[in-house]
Amino acid sequence: MAYLPVEHGFILAAILFVTGLAGVLVRRNIIFILMSIEIMLNAAGLAFISAGSRWGQPDGQVMYIFILAMAGAEVSVGLGLVLRFYHLFRTLDADEASRMKG
Amino acid sequence: MMGLLWLVPLLPFIGFIILALFGKRISNRGAAAVGCASVGLSAVISMLIAADFISFNPDGRAYSQVLWTWLQVGGFRPQIGLYLDSLSLIMVLVVSFVAFFIHLYSAAYMRGDDGYSRFFAYMNLFVGSMLTLVLADNLLLLYLGWEGVGLCSYLLIGFWYRDPANIRAAVKAFIITRVGDTSMAIGLFFLFLNLGSLNIQQLLGLASRSWPIGSGMAVAGAALLLGGALGKSAQLPLQTWLPDAMAGPTPVSALIHAATMVTAGVYLIARTHVLFELAPQVQAAVAVIGAVTLLVSAASALTQVDIKRVLAYSTISQIGYMFLALGVGAWSGAIFHFMTHAFFKALLFLAAGVIITAMGGEHDIFKMGGLRKTLPLAFWAFLAGAASLAAIPFITAGFYSKDLILWSVFSSTKGGVWLWLTGLAGAFLTALYIFRVFFVVFFGQMKAIPLRKRETLFIIPLVVLAVFSVIAGFVDLPGWMGAERFTGFISTSLPLTQTLPVGGGAEFMVDLLGAVVPLIGLLFAYLIYIRKPAFAANVVRNQAGRALNRFWLAGWGFDAAYDILLVRPFDRLSRMLRGDAIDLVYSGIAWLNRLVHLLLSGTETGRLRWYVLVLGFGGAILIGIAVLL
Amino acid sequence: MEYLFYISGAAAVISTFMVIIQTKAVHALLYLIVSLLSVALVFFSFGAPFVAALEVIIYAGAIMVLFVFVIMMLNLGPEAAEEEKKLISARMWIGPSILAAILLAVLIYTLTRTGTIANPLIVGPKEVGMALYGPYLIGVELASILLLAGMVGAYHLGRGRRYGGPGEGE
Repeated sequence: MAYLPVEHGFILAAILFVTGLAGVLVRRNIIFILMSIEIMLNAAGLAFISAGSRWGQPDGQVMYIFILAMAGAEVSVGLGLVLRFYHLFRTLDADEASRMKG
Repeated sequence: MMGLLWLVPLLPFIGFIILALFGKRISNRGAAAVGCASVGLSAVISMLIAADFISFNPDGRAYSQVLWTWLQVGGFRPQIGLYLDSLSLIMVLVVSFVAFFIHLYSAAYMRGDDGYSRFFAYMNLFVGSMLTLVLADNLLLLYLGWEGVGLCSYLLIGFWYRDPANIRAAVKAFIITRVGDTSMAIGLFFLFLNLGSLNIQQLLGLASRSWPIGSGMAVAGAALLLGGALGKSAQLPLQTWLPDAMAGPTPVSALIHAATMVTAGVYLIARTHVLFELAPQVQAAVAVIGAVTLLVSAASALTQVDIKRVLAYSTISQIGYMFLALGVGAWSGAIFHFMTHAFFKALLFLAAGVIITAMGGEHDIFKMGGLRKTLPLAFWAFLAGAASLAAIPFITAGFYSKDLILWSVFSSTKGGVWLWLTGLAGAFLTALYIFRVFFVVFFGQMKAIPLRKRETLFIIPLVVLAVFSVIAGFVDLPGWMGAERFTGFISTSLPLTQTLPVGGGAEFMVDLLGAVVPLIGLLFAYLIYIRKPAFAANVVRNQAGRALNRFWLAGWGFDAAYDILLVRPFDRLSRMLRGDAIDLVYSGIAWLNRLVHLLLSGTETGRLRWYVLVLGFGGAILIGIAVLL
Repeated sequence: MEYLFYISGAAAVISTFMVIIQTKAVHALLYLIVSLLSVALVFFSFGAPFVAALEVIIYAGAIMVLFVFVIMMLNLGPEAAEEEKKLISARMWIGPSILAAILLAVLIYTLTRTGTIANPLIVGPKEVGMALYGPYLIGVELASILLLAGMVGAYHLGRGRRYGGPGEGE
């Protein structure tokens, strides 16, 4: 296999992560927010894989699997909430749901 | 059987817990059943234990049962332990027995009240605490029960909490008894500090070994405990709470403020009698306080118009007799009078409760009248109670106990003729005031038509207590009439009265006077309130008479005096200190918190993206700091 | 093989960027799938074939299907895309972009201070499985509880009183 610098993997993960963050910040559509969160999770997983490959150990991959499980749970609940939200507010704009302000 | 002693205080507590947790869910009938059954079972067990104690234990050895060690701090390790000797046995029997009948009575009396299960929960808690108090083998556990009954007294005086006057009475009772309790707590610290133990028997043994008679230590310890007893038993100068405590339901007045709790002070002094014997000055003070209290409150009882307040002042006065007996070293006389008083005063209160119910909540005796025919049960019950209270000779229990006290006061080495004369005057006033109520309420013209309600649950307690009010005295007849069984029984835990050598003829004369004086009081009451009703009115019309009447009606002006001497200065002081510099610090803290709250709540926009933005910035800054450092 | 990493990395960055600027949800979703597939290739090039397969199967397969279902259920028409355009204006991009740039700069500065070469060893499913059911067993248990909680939560949210009928999601 190739001799890849681990930093490049990290940098790719960082780029993906900040892109996802920008998505969460910019978009008001709740579905897009969820997708952006998926991107961020995926980037975190990538960071784990790169770090794991530095030592040739399976731990990074194990962590990735945990992230995967968490993402699965998060998406199922999150999308359930999206459906409810849409039926309640007739919109997907997250700012509409700002009733919890102090 | 003795092994079951721990069940006696536990059962009412179990009843309390059931009622407190599930009170809302069980029916009123169920609540009454739980309340009565727990106390009734405890009464049955205590009777079985008493039978055991008397039959298998002729020399009256004390039985103690240590359940577990409560806590352990250095050398201080009070135990949850019960101690049963003839003194606590009498207390337990009377408390559980009277409490059971009052519970039965309450089941009917409180019917239709919103707080039905709450009432029984408090009552059970009270009985449990009272039994803990009398069975405790150390002063700390006794203090726990002591505070427990104080709490229940507060809760039950303010039971109808929607009326602010009731709450005021409850708070008053709580605060005034707190004065005494604080003194008692200091006494406990003092005794532990100097003797190193709070176990009563150990403590008394240590005290009699290490302190000579009349030593300053013994005087201080006894005086501090006496403070607690004065507060709880409503003796001068802490007696003002008891008349106001009548704001509670009548069964509460019967149980707590007549039969049991207010006599806790008497029990405390009897329990620690060694300490008081080591401090003759304090014991003399007990006698004087008792004597003064009994006269002062008997005079106040003479002028009250509220039937329950008459009985409240009468309770103070009768406890004054007990204190008088304690003060002259007539330990058995005090406990004997406690027992008979528990029966006849509970009976009087319950009969008063029947009358009040029938009159639709009317307390004023001058708005009643001629109830003899319409309320026969209350009439006979009240007659039995009143006769016993007035110590009508030979046929009532009250005669024998009061007679024992008067004779002891006369003959004791610590007594004296003056104390005896005070007691005799008190006996006259007692007969006068209680038969005043009796004649005014049951004879004369009918002023209102009573509602007649047949309540089986009213009949049983009244009849039983009436019977006991009459026959309970026969357990201890004067020396010339027969055996002093009660004194013999109680002498296993309390010493006999030390008497001066007085001839048998003197005892007969003293007894004769003690028998005649109440009859004279009865005669006076009859003459004034039946034959010549105008006489009382004439006295009141007189300038001096009216002033005296008003003075006694207000309980010798103690309330007003305390108001001027203590309450108002305190009020003024607190008003003055309202805006001081130290306060500024605390209000400053509050102000700062408010400011920060306003600032922070401004950041709470409810917008998801705003939160993420802040989160992102925070993350960036944190990572930046981590990198740069 | 280095080329595989750089090419798929570039594809991932571009497609991810496309995800966040789309106005139609379905288009964004397709770009997201492309992004995930490229990341799977990145995993592969880092010697982790097992998780690369998982990425394709679970992420790009199962989780994305969930998104597709929800978008279908919401049944957003062309006017939704118009709405969406109104929601995002050019001005709104400024702040987040600055923040993202700062964060990226900080991250890159942190991550590139040492030069490390990845171990060329391929870590296959067997090692992952051994680790997963050996030292990380408690993690597996926790993950299973999390998934159970997610399932219960999703079920509860999905069966509301108002939306429980057969006409759900019109």
